[in-house]
Amino acid sequence: MFNIIGKRYWYFLISAVLIVPGLIAMIYSTVTYGTPVRLSIDFTGGSLMVIKFQQPATEDAIRDVFMSYDFTNPMVQQLGRPEDNTWQVRLGFIDVEKVDEIKASLAGQIGPIDEASSSLSTVGPAVGNEVARSAAVAVVIASLLVGAFIIVTFRRVPNAFRYGVSAIAAMVHDILVALGFVSIMGILFSWEVDALFLTAILTVIGFSVQDKIVVFDRIRENTPKRRGESYETIVNRSILEVIHRSLATQLNAMFVMIAILLFGGANIKQFIAVMLIGMVTATYSSIFSAVPLLVVWEKGEIGQFFRRLRRREAAA
Amino acid sequence: MRDRNVGLLMGVIILAVAAIWVALPTNPGLHIHLGPINFDRNIRVHQGLDLQGGLQVLLEADLPEGQEIEAGAMDAAKVIVGNRVDALGVTEPLVQSQGERRIIVELPGVKDPELAIATIRETGLLEFVNAGSTFLSPGTVVRTDFGGSVAPTEEMTPTPEITETAAVTPTVPAAPTPTPAPELVFPTVLTGRDLSSGGLSIGRKQTTGELYIAFELTSEAAPKFADFTSKNVDKYLAIALDKEIISCPVIKSAITEGKGVIEGRFTLEEARSLLVQLQYGALPVPLRVETTRTVGPTLGQDSVQKSVTAGAIGLSAVFLFMLIYYRFPGLLADLALAIYALLNFAIYKFGLPPLFNYVTLTLPGIAGFLLSTGMAVDANILIFERMKEELRAGRSLGAAIEAGFSRAWTSIRDSNISTIITCAILFYFGSTFGASMVKGFALTLIIGVTISMFTAVTVTRTFVRFAFDAFGDRLRDKKWLLGV
Repeated sequence: MFNIIGKRYWYFLISAVLIVPGLIAMIYSTVTYGTPVRLSIDFTGGSLMVIKFQQPATEDAIRDVFMSYDFTNPMVQQLGRPEDNTWQVRLGFIDVEKVDEIKASLAGQIGPIDEASSSLSTVGPAVGNEVARSAAVAVVIASLLVGAFIIVTFRRVPNAFRYGVSAIAAMVHDILVALGFVSIMGILFSWEVDALFLTAILTVIGFSVQDKIVVFDRIRENTPKRRGESYETIVNRSILEVIHRSLATQLNAMFVMIAILLFGGANIKQFIAVMLIGMVTATYSSIFSAVPLLVVWEKGEIGQFFRRLRRREAAA
Repeated sequence: MRDRNVGLLMGVIILAVAAIWVALPTNPGLHIHLGPINFDRNIRVHQGLDLQGGLQVLLEADLPEGQEIEAGAMDAAKVIVGNRVDALGVTEPLVQSQGERRIIVELPGVKDPELAIATIRETGLLEFVNAGSTFLSPGTVVRTDFGGSVAPTEEMTPTPEITETAAVTPTVPAAPTPTPAPELVFPTVLTGRDLSSGGLSIGRKQTTGELYIAFELTSEAAPKFADFTSKNVDKYLAIALDKEIISCPVIKSAITEGKGVIEGRFTLEEARSLLVQLQYGALPVPLRVETTRTVGPTLGQDSVQKSVTAGAIGLSAVFLFMLIYYRFPGLLADLALAIYALLNFAIYKFGLPPLFNYVTLTLPGIAGFLLSTGMAVDANILIFERMKEELRAGRSLGAAIEAGFSRAWTSIRDSNISTIITCAILFYFGSTFGASMVKGFALTLIIGVTISMFTAVTVTRTFVRFAFDAFGDRLRDKKWLLGV
């Protein structure tokens, strides 16, 4: 039988390699922008205008118009292909009544605007703060409830508590990888986190836990059947039994997400990219983080590890 | 067992046919008229603002933090905003309270979002109108020369003549002259802005017991009013709110101190409501625009097009995968998956009365649907993998099929429950704040996961059992058809 669990410390190392760059990016981002990931106006408040001109425009020309309305630092970015003539401008919170005036200036100084292909969002700072706060609350509550659910459904398995905690630890691992990815993309390509991103994270949580439950469920089934075998062997057998299903499911989810990435609208691509990263990580972590963690815990290796560490310190 | 299976299959077929009927793009809706029964229900796709374009505004009470809002004030504001929105002539506008201090307004397909916002936010306009010797009965809608409401008529009708005095009686509402034709334009003397908001109060006349509203003018407006009233003693001074006359008193004497009263045979409630309107404008609570989202219609349609393409490609890949990897059972799963997609779409159009009557489709909503499809497929994968295992372990085909479904069920149930838990949190988060897109995602995902437990398990099982009964003998020799 192929031994997956035997190499468990290697997987922990791989996870570290996945998470650490993201953590560094988050620290860098916190120092540079004030937050671990760059936040969109949904959380900070402000305005986001998407303007489609009927003729080519330049970044400077657009910025100049906004500067003339006393906006200190408008962020102007081109969207899509150059021939789309579509630009995105991020500003502080603006009064809606001013928008008509600004649009008239833009039309006058640059060229006519295609209103039907333009959009505007403004978010007041108060709402932004609230959204950010309740986003954090939503993620925490979701994790706790799902963890509690696992402990309840696995109550007949010895040490059900460990299953819940391992699932949550692996899920946190998945969230960290997804967050790190967004943080890196934020630094490199100014990706921002919006309300949709929160949806992606919560979906990853749901998918991640679903995946872990499937793997744990097999362990739950095999435990009473194979009393003679060691825990490690039972776990390893369970993984090998469900690995086909994990790969097939992951592949199907990837078909749909990659199709959206390639052919879908530009406005949900970042959302799907985060979800894709999160889901691939979730499938990985079910087998290579959650289960090894269970084994390590079951065999008391965590305690041993710290004891060994202390002994080494004492020796030094 | 067999009879039950046939019954289930019939049920599935009926459900599928009903779903196809609802999903038909040309669906005429339900119109039942049988004697006293009149039932009309349109069945169509409701597109969210991000798909069809439009405006979403979140209005918040513009009061200092912590200040109590009077009971019912927000509801009244909601009604007033609703009336104004109706006046914009948008189809299917949505005005909803959100929490205690907020109102959310959605206007699909609105052409000029800035104008719409201005209309919603506009405070009630109070005018003191020089009616001359014409008595204007309350409720009359008049034109005034204030604001943009004057139509540029070539023939400007002048102020009603002031010379005619015969019809004027000293008491207020008696013997009114006929209400003037609507094309008369009256000059506005003062507006609500000229009132100092602190100087408003309700009083009761000692002689008659009638209620009145005492007002005080700002220091700039007082001399103007003094001048006007001294020249127009015994004439009518109409008071109009949003161009509608609320009272039409006679000027009994020049008002020089900048103080006056509005009489109008008010009930106490009317007096209070008028006082509130004078204080805050017609909205009982001043509203501030907290967030806005406008999407151009072309942008939305572009997204729909792309999502449909992406969805079609992604789903085709899934269908193909199931067929190639699981062969015959995969084909049955694909069939169940098609029914799954139909049922979802039917629910988006028809809702689940009495819970809800339709699901507004948004981009995240479409993403939620596609994701739930992935989970529906996962259930089938779990079952079929289990079936293969059981077959490899040497079980008979019939036993393997039953074991596949029953053993995979705990995994499917538990994993879907955990998804539903997260969805519920998402849904709650989405409804509390302006993040309606999060709500759309959660709703389609939750609907999808629930339906998938039925289609991927019950429907697929019915198909597989039926196929086993029909072709079981032939399948036994052709294991490759089962993907083993």
